[in-house]
Amino acid sequence: MVPKVRMSAQTRKLPGKQRSSPPAKIVLSLYIAGDTPKSRTALSNLKKICAEHLDGRYRIKVIDLLKNPKLARDHQILALPTLVRQLPQPIRKIIGDLSNTERVLVGLDIESTK
Amino acid sequence: MPRKKMPTRNRRRDANRGAKPMRLLPKAATGIQGLDEITGGGLPKGRTTLICGSAGCGKTMFAMEFLVRGAQQYDEPGVFVSFEESADDLAQNVASMGFDLKTLSRRKKLLVDHVRVVRSEIEETGSFDLEGLFIRLGLAIDSIGAKRVVLDTLEALFGGFSNAAILRAEIRRLFEWLKLRGVTAVVTGERGDGALTRHGLEEYVSDCVILLDHRVESQLTARRLRIVKYRGSIHGTDEYPFLIGANGLSVVPITSIRLDHRASSEVVSSGVPTLNKALGAGGFYRASTALISGGAGTGKSSIAGHFVAEAGGRRERSLYVALEESQSEIVRNMKSIGIELAPLLATGMLRFHVSRPTAQGLEMHLAAIHELVIEYRPQVVVIDSITSLLSMGSIAEVTSMIVRLVDFFKMNGITAVMTALIPSGEGTEMTGVNISSLVDTWLTLQNIEIKGVRSRALSVIKARGMWHSNQFHELVMSKNGVELKSDAWSRKYA
Repeated sequence: MVPKVRMSAQTRKLPGKQRSSPPAKIVLSLYIAGDTPKSRTALSNLKKICAEHLDGRYRIKVIDLLKNPKLARDHQILALPTLVRQLPQPIRKIIGDLSNTERVLVGLDIESTK
Repeated sequence: MPRKKMPTRNRRRDANRGAKPMRLLPKAATGIQGLDEITGGGLPKGRTTLICGSAGCGKTMFAMEFLVRGAQQYDEPGVFVSFEESADDLAQNVASMGFDLKTLSRRKKLLVDHVRVVRSEIEETGSFDLEGLFIRLGLAIDSIGAKRVVLDTLEALFGGFSNAAILRAEIRRLFEWLKLRGVTAVVTGERGDGALTRHGLEEYVSDCVILLDHRVESQLTARRLRIVKYRGSIHGTDEYPFLIGANGLSVVPITSIRLDHRASSEVVSSGVPTLNKALGAGGFYRASTALISGGAGTGKSSIAGHFVAEAGGRRERSLYVALEESQSEIVRNMKSIGIELAPLLATGMLRFHVSRPTAQGLEMHLAAIHELVIEYRPQVVVIDSITSLLSMGSIAEVTSMIVRLVDFFKMNGITAVMTALIPSGEGTEMTGVNISSLVDTWLTLQNIEIKGVRSRALSVIKARGMWHSNQFHELVMSKNGVELKSDAWSRKYA
C-alpha cells in the first residue's frame, strides 16, 4: 500500500527531497480510566519520551474512558493505559505505563530525532 | 466493603420469595435440557461458572444457549463477550440450533460484543490492567440490563498478553468484579494437559466448574458432561452424555432418575384383543414397559404395529424408533397385515425416528430419543429393536442404556414396547441383553415345527401385577393382523 503511493511520478523524481522533508506529525492518544497513579505515571512517561525524542512534532490527546466509556468499545481498548498512534497510519497500539522507553519507541515505530 | 452487600441482597430476595425452610443457594436455570435436573436447578446465581473442555467440545454452544434461554424463557438479558468469533460468525454458527441472535439483539435481550485481542498489535511497555475491558463490559451490561454474562474464551486473553502475573491478577479481579455486579456468568476455558485448564487459575476462582468432553470410541464420537465442582450445592457427579442437536444441547441425566415413579393401574390395550385376553388385565399397564423377544419373522414388529395403531385410535401420540427398517418399509409391511399407519402419520399421531444403529454412538442414540420424547411428548414408544443396539457396545453398556431409557419412559408416563431379536435355538429365556428383570411384561415368540408345519407360538413369560396365561398360544398372521389362537391349540397338541 504505502510503497505504491511513494512510487507516484512526482515522488520518484525527487527521492532525496522526500527523505529530507520534515517527518509527518505524530498524533498520539493515551487512554486512561480516571486519575490513577498508573495514569499519571503513563502520562508523565509519555511527555518525557516525546520531549526527548520527538522534537515537538507530536500531539498528545488524553482520553478518559470513565468520562467516555463508549470509546472502549469503539476503539477496541482492553488494557489500560493504552497508547495509540493515530497518525501516521497504520495505527499502532502499545499498553502499559510506558516505563520502558525503548519498547515505547519500538512500539510506536518512531525514529528518535536524537 | 461492597462485597458484603451480596449476601444481604440475596437473603432479602429469598425472603421475598418466602416459603424456603433453609437459605439455599439461589440458582439461575439454564433452560438446557437435562442440565437443570443434574445441577438441582441451574448454575449458581450471581456467580461465575467455568465451562472447560478441548476444542470443538461445545463450550461456545453451551454458553450461547445459556444466554438465549435466559433471554427467552427467564427474562434475563445477556451479554456475550466473544474474544474469538465476530458477532456475525456467531449468529451464523448458532442458527443451526434455531437461535435467532439478530432478533434477540434487536429486542435488547442479547448483546454480542466482539473484543479483538491481537497479540501482534499489542506492545507491552510496563505495568497495565484490564480496566478497559471492565468499562466496556460494564457499559454492555448496563445498556440492556443484563443478568447473564458470557466470556468466550479466556484463552484469548492469555494468548494476547505476555505478562502472566498481571493477567492472572486481572482475571482474578474480573471474576470478583462479575460477582460484585451480581451477574450470573459463564466463562469458557481451554482444557490443559492433565489439568482442567491450561493456566490452573480459572477453576479455583469459579464457583462451579463443568467439564465438557468429546471423545471417539470405536470410531464413534460421544459427548459427555461432568460437573467437577459446585460450591454450596449438591450435584450429580457422573459423566452425562449430551447431544448438540437442532434444539440446542440436551443432557441425559443418569442418576437423577429414582425408583419413585407412580404406578398406574390404568390398562392400555395391546391392540390385539386375543393378546389382551392372555394378559389378564386386558393389556399393559400404562407407563409400563413390555419386551417382545423372538426369532426372525415371528411377528414382533407386527404386535408393536398393532400397539401403535391402537394408541392412535385412542388419540395418543406414538414414537416409533426404528433401528432396522426404514419408515416406508415399516408402513408397507404393516399395511400388508391390515395395520394402517399412514393416516396416523398424516395426523401427527405417529412419528418415526429412523436411525441406523451404527450411525452414531450408543449414548447419542439415547440422547436423540430423549430429546424427541421431550419435544414430541408421546404417550407410547416402540423401540424396534433393542438388540440391534448390541452392535454398538458391550452388553453392559447396552443394558445400562436400556435401563436409563426404561426409567425415563416410566418417569414420563410412557407405555413402551421394545422388541428383541433372539436367534432361534438360543432358548426363550435369553434376551441377550439382561433387561428381562426390568420390564414389566415379557412376551416371547418362537417358531415351532409340528408335523412339517411351521407355526408361531407366543407365551407370556411374565406380566407384573396381573394374572396371565401360562399357555403357548398359536399366533396367526393374516391380512387382518395378528391373532392368538389359544385354546384350540392347547387342546390340539397338549
